[in-house]
Amino acid sequence: MSFLLTCPHCGSRPVDEFRYQGEVTRRPGPVATLRELTDYVYFRDNVAGVQREWWYHRTGCKTWFVAERDTRTNEVLRTLIPAPTGVATPQ
Amino acid sequence: MRLRSQPAERIDRNHPITFTYAGEEHTGFAGDTIGSALYAAGRRVFSRSFKYHRPRGLLCCSGHCPNCMMTVDGVPNVRVCVEPLRPDVDVRDQNVRGSADRDLLGVVDKIGGPFTPVGFYYRTMIRPRRAWPLYEKVLRNLAGLGRVDEKANGHGPYVTVHRRVDVLVIGGGPAGRAAAEAAEGKVLLVDDRAAYDASYEVLSPATALAIYEGGLVPVAAGNTLHRIRAGRIVVATGALEQPLLFPGNDLVGVMLPDAVRRMVDEWALQPGERAVLVGEAAVDLKLQLARAGVEIVAVSLRPESLSAHGRRGRLASIDLDGERIDCDLLVVSGGLQPAYSLLAQAGARIDYEPRRGIFVPTELPAGVEVVGAAAGDIEQVPAPAVLDGRGDKCFVCICEDVTTKDVKRALREGFDSIELAKRYTTVTMGPCQGKLCQLASTRLLAHETDTDESAIGTTTARPPWRPIELGLLAGPHHEPAKLTPLHQRHEALGAEVIWTGAWRRAFHYGDPAAEVRAVHESLGVIDVSTLGKVIVEGPGAAELLDRLYPNRFSDLKTGRIRYGVLTSDGGRIMDDGTVARLDDELFYVTTTSTGSEGVVEWFEWWNAIWGYDVEIVNVTGALAAMNLAGPLAREALAPLTDAPLDNESFRYLDAKEIAVAGVPCLALRIGFVGELGYELHCPATDAGSLWDALVTAGATPFGLEAQRVLRLEKGHVIVGQDTDSESNLLSARMGWTIKDDKPDYVGKPAVPHLEVREKLVGFTSDVLPPEGAQIVRDGRIAGRVTSSRLSERVGGAIGLAWVDPDCAEEGSVISIRVDGTLRPATVTLAPFYDPEGALLRS
Ligand code: FES
Ligand SMILES: [Zn+2]
Repeated sequence: MSFLLTCPHCGSRPVDEFRYQGEVTRRPGPVATLRELTDYVYFRDNVAGVQREWWYHRTGCKTWFVAERDTRTNEVLRTLIPAPTGVATPQ
Repeated sequence: MRLRSQPAERIDRNHPITFTYAGEEHTGFAGDTIGSALYAAGRRVFSRSFKYHRPRGLLCCSGHCPNCMMTVDGVPNVRVCVEPLRPDVDVRDQNVRGSADRDLLGVVDKIGGPFTPVGFYYRTMIRPRRAWPLYEKVLRNLAGLGRVDEKANGHGPYVTVHRRVDVLVIGGGPAGRAAAEAAEGKVLLVDDRAAYDASYEVLSPATALAIYEGGLVPVAAGNTLHRIRAGRIVVATGALEQPLLFPGNDLVGVMLPDAVRRMVDEWALQPGERAVLVGEAAVDLKLQLARAGVEIVAVSLRPESLSAHGRRGRLASIDLDGERIDCDLLVVSGGLQPAYSLLAQAGARIDYEPRRGIFVPTELPAGVEVVGAAAGDIEQVPAPAVLDGRGDKCFVCICEDVTTKDVKRALREGFDSIELAKRYTTVTMGPCQGKLCQLASTRLLAHETDTDESAIGTTTARPPWRPIELGLLAGPHHEPAKLTPLHQRHEALGAEVIWTGAWRRAFHYGDPAAEVRAVHESLGVIDVSTLGKVIVEGPGAAELLDRLYPNRFSDLKTGRIRYGVLTSDGGRIMDDGTVARLDDELFYVTTTSTGSEGVVEWFEWWNAIWGYDVEIVNVTGALAAMNLAGPLAREALAPLTDAPLDNESFRYLDAKEIAVAGVPCLALRIGFVGELGYELHCPATDAGSLWDALVTAGATPFGLEAQRVLRLEKGHVIVGQDTDSESNLLSARMGWTIKDDKPDYVGKPAVPHLEVREKLVGFTSDVLPPEGAQIVRDGRIAGRVTSSRLSERVGGAIGLAWVDPDCAEEGSVISIRVDGTLRPATVTLAPFYDPEGALLRS
């Protein structure tokens, strides 16, 4: 694994500068059934294809961003700092 | 013996260099390789082959084949034909009993027996089973190439260098140089031959080992591994001269054209006296050979049959199309094959082209180009797959001593695909990595199965392109350590220093029990600079913390401190620490010593989602911290500060900015160790003078061991030691930190679903169980000890343990397995020492 990632701040950098945080998931609201909770905490789609995932530029600017990566080829199609979803409690 | 001066020779006859071979002194010249100097000194046999221990001599003089591998300054498997000669180098034979000239194991070639057939190790030595250890010992002794001399340090230290260029050209032949010349931006050319001047940067002698994703090319140059990132990669690796398949094709004196060319032109060596030239490229050598005084006794462009015969492993005569010719040099060329391995690794397709009898790269991956002979820019008529002839063994693979007979046998046994034949016969798996046998084995298989080469295909090309020392991959040995600003103080005090994560910490200063007593009875000070320290500031700070922790901080008064445990959204305990409110919008958060980076990243991640108007700053390294603790803490601190310290002005869980001994401090009145205490956080640069002032005021330095005893007496949990990735707040009996009336926080969705399968409790016992000891109930394991110490204060062993919930009652008796026997222990829920916390508040 030696692909390059484009940090939205710092530009193209080797992947070992980053921390990987896994797929972008959907958090259930503060009240969740056990199934919803288990889905969210433990289950991942693990697609063979383009995946949206969290990355953190640990040895660089320390920014969290989202990358769209093809898990079959490690081609990173796009990186972006997502707009915050806001602080309102999801219902 | 040298020829007279050659027009373009590389040796400098005015600079003799002495070295030793097998303990004897020899002399070569600057510009020699070890191999050329040895040849000049009369050496013809350079090694013994892997399996049959046949004598082998210089074949390619290009570093491609296995024939000249020797042990150089203790480093095995050095190809001496390309290894520059250096003064006093110590060169030795390897893989022999005796010497390369007289190798006792050469008998294997004659008797054959169990060693001869391919795959013998899969079937010969399996019976009787009992004897396997013996076989193994014998085989291990015979197998392998060279021996690593653990004491030798011929290689020196290894270095890794990271570089980034616009264009990387691999190969310095005409095509490579032209590509480098034409390229724009930062251009680097990697060449495995000697350096030269150019308008672009040249890295040489150096070898590109692979092409990885993202344009990463590791390049070996001596003891340095360059990890080069290139926007564009131009592969100009040229072509590899291929041998011919005929009986006796491995005899000493059989050479490839390039070897002869280098010997004459570069090193002024005479490659033989009577030469036979076979194949187009060999015939091209007439000039060189004439210059070298070699008599050319026969020439054949395309022979029908050929076999070579040796005397003691050295070429003596050949049969060429039915004619017996005496000769001591046979130059053979099976044509060229593009050196495509790097491209194949990078994902290029490799197709067979029957017209020229070569594999060519097609469909290159993005960012990778190929030029020159490597691209297939070669004109030739394919040589026959295998020549007729009788006599000696006919080798397909000289690295692994695989003969045409072996490949045919494998075919008969059904191993008819190239990948199967490779694994069974080990063809292409030796040190040349297929450079001299990939094409030959594919063509032989095609020939034998009457199919065409494209149906057979090639074996998978894998890095590295040439064998390299493991040290080069490992790189320099780094052991990063974090030191607190007080580290020198601890060392001066004779502290025993231990690792805790990446930190180096004072474990104790000689007598941990005395350190515990000092804290209980008078005054101690411990360096806690390793604590994670984080500033959370901004209009959204209070709300952010409310959402990160199950506990609540929005109602924390300015100047007050509250304990906080972080959980994941699955409800598992992650870290803990204190949160002090310094102002309306300013919080000072501490984390565990190993948790600071993770906690900061965790905070930032959640805030990337939520978007609170908050700054999160990790100040762990900028600030030092020390905890002054003991009944005399207030008295000792008073003369050092103007701030009022009485229990009304500076209460338990107060946070105040005060000056101590002239050092600006954030003083937190907290008590991990259970006595009246002040945790003083100050700029790292002031740590030494503050520490000195506290010690002068009578504080006894105490280390981690004393702290562990003291905190255990208080029943204080260490996250990561007493908890693990399964622990939740309810099972750890920290449910009181959950403020579930908050609308949402990380971990809230899990709270209704938290299970309490076991509980964390304290215990007392007469014997000290080791940490990790099992708790046994009705013959089954029902828990474990996470912390245990002997406590003078409590008078016996104390500890923390996970137990069945129905045993988690005050006074429950549990059994702990200690040294194989079950020992009773009594569950205690309250702290062992000062259960009311009166001392903390005093
Ligand atoms: S002769 Fe040295 S590698 Fe072939
Ligand atoms: Zn960055």
